[in-house]
Amino acid sequence: MSEITPDVVTHLASLARIALTAEEIDRLTGELGAIVDNVAKVAEVATPDVPATSHPIPLANVFRADVVGETLTPEQALAGAPDHDGSRFRVSAILGEEQ
Amino acid sequence: MTDLTRLSAAALSGLLAAGETSSVEITRAHLDRIEAVDGDVHAFLHVSDAALDTAALVDAQRAAGELTGELAGIPVAIKDVLTTVDMPSTAGSKILEGWVPPYDATVVARLRAAGLVPLGKTNMDEFAMGSSTEHSAYGPTRNPWDLSRIPGGSGGGSAAAVAAFEAPIALGSDTGGSIRQPAALTGSVGVKPTYGGVSRYGAIALASSLDQVGPVSRSVLDAALLHDVVGGHDPRDSTSLTDAWPSFAAAARQGAAADSLAGLRVGVVTELDAPGFQPGVLSRFHETLELLAAAGAEIVDVSLPSVEYAIAAYYLILPAEASSNLAKFDSVRFGLRVPVTGTVEDVMAATREAGFGAEVKRRVILGTYALSAGYYDAYYGSAQKVRTLIQRDFAAAFERADVLISPTTPTTAWSLGAKLDDPLAMYLTDITTIPANLAGIPGMSLPGGLAAEDGLPVGIQLMAPAREDARLYRVGGTLERLLEERWGGPLLAQAPSLAGEEMFAAESGAV
Repeated sequence: MSEITPDVVTHLASLARIALTAEEIDRLTGELGAIVDNVAKVAEVATPDVPATSHPIPLANVFRADVVGETLTPEQALAGAPDHDGSRFRVSAILGEEQ
Repeated sequence: MTDLTRLSAAALSGLLAAGETSSVEITRAHLDRIEAVDGDVHAFLHVSDAALDTAALVDAQRAAGELTGELAGIPVAIKDVLTTVDMPSTAGSKILEGWVPPYDATVVARLRAAGLVPLGKTNMDEFAMGSSTEHSAYGPTRNPWDLSRIPGGSGGGSAAAVAAFEAPIALGSDTGGSIRQPAALTGSVGVKPTYGGVSRYGAIALASSLDQVGPVSRSVLDAALLHDVVGGHDPRDSTSLTDAWPSFAAAARQGAAADSLAGLRVGVVTELDAPGFQPGVLSRFHETLELLAAAGAEIVDVSLPSVEYAIAAYYLILPAEASSNLAKFDSVRFGLRVPVTGTVEDVMAATREAGFGAEVKRRVILGTYALSAGYYDAYYGSAQKVRTLIQRDFAAAFERADVLISPTTPTTAWSLGAKLDDPLAMYLTDITTIPANLAGIPGMSLPGGLAAEDGLPVGIQLMAPAREDARLYRVGGTLERLLEERWGGPLLAQAPSLAGEEMFAAESGAV
């Protein structure tokens, strides 16, 4: 049932923002095909009358009081950043045209 | 003089209360043990340089009557998935190498508040993806029973640390067995609490609907004592239960003191008592059933028919949730950045390529596939329905039994590298532990003896209905006592000493 081809893996890698190498795409194509063939059997018992469970112990309306809580300082928030300007994270261009 | 590293946390607590030792002495003994054996075991990714200072402070606070908890002054190892303000927190990944978080996980804050002494951070499969700790970016942990074997995973570091007497207790996290399976393979005790029973705030998320933090130890009572410290409602985790929990330590003590198991119905999960399991595992498991029956328990067979779909459902739900959770590693706010030329997305893709290991990439791509348009209903949606079926199976089984029992793992610890090239084979080893995560119920693994064919530890798994964690500690406390009476002491007393060869070498002048 699986249709895991190198093109599919290439597309998934771009969605997941991982610059896989050609060798990784080749290997993952085979591995994912075998895994997907195995896990696809969930469809055998997942009939329309069975409701889905998203959380094992459902809780509803988990709110807190609308007051300012304990938050990180800008220094704390930036402490682990690869690059920043003292108050903001610094990144390269968002759009390719601006390069 | 007593070797402090051989004692349980409860016994150490007794010595502290009697004034016969200090937290500094206990902490120093464990740091010395880490120094002596961790080169071989590699349970730790980071050893705290503040531990002795913390211990001295706790000694002073105890003397002043400011700390009265039973675990005040006891050292603890912390799985590297939990954030700590004073130690790097990498979750076993290169993408977080050297990252020191700006906040403590709630469970870590509770350890500190109770006066426990963090010894360091323990090794794990990268982002807790794995069953062997071989997927750590920092090299594997080795099993203290046989250094050529895996210690289980993902929490192989925490389990090996307590089994090698480097720490009396440790914290782990369990998404599909990552506390219970390593406990089984190293002859230690591990508990996955009811989902929502322990805060996940500051636990670097793998699969949010499955993850649960819990205790790792060498005795049922020590696990209970640690659970009492870290458990309970946390408003910072929106899935945290608001229940008032009973004392798990009291339950463990009550169980250990019980004369009889009369009235207890123990359900044997027939699907997990299977011919494909290792013979030495099954024979220890069946002996345990006989022991429980001899103590008065009623042994009944129960069936979880949907369990054959559990692994399939798990390996859709987990990658789907992980692919979403790991999107935060974007080279912007924390962790690694590979500074290639191009847009922020190019930098992100290059960073994730360099920073993630093979297993993480495999699961992120699989999860992206399972969530992609056109496949969502067939994969993720169907897997969530299987979850309902498994919950119904458990509900029916708990009509007939107070606790369920199975081997914790199908086999004993395998050799390093044996399953690395076959991810599917590695996934299939989790059949025994995954159902409890899918259903959200609590599970415990405790030592059940050694397998005849290889002399390696076998784990016994107990499961209870959601919110009935105390029942695990009570029954586990009794079973542990019955088994130790048979063995003449704890199973880990039979483990290799590890430091012996070095000491011999030192005496003969070779070192």
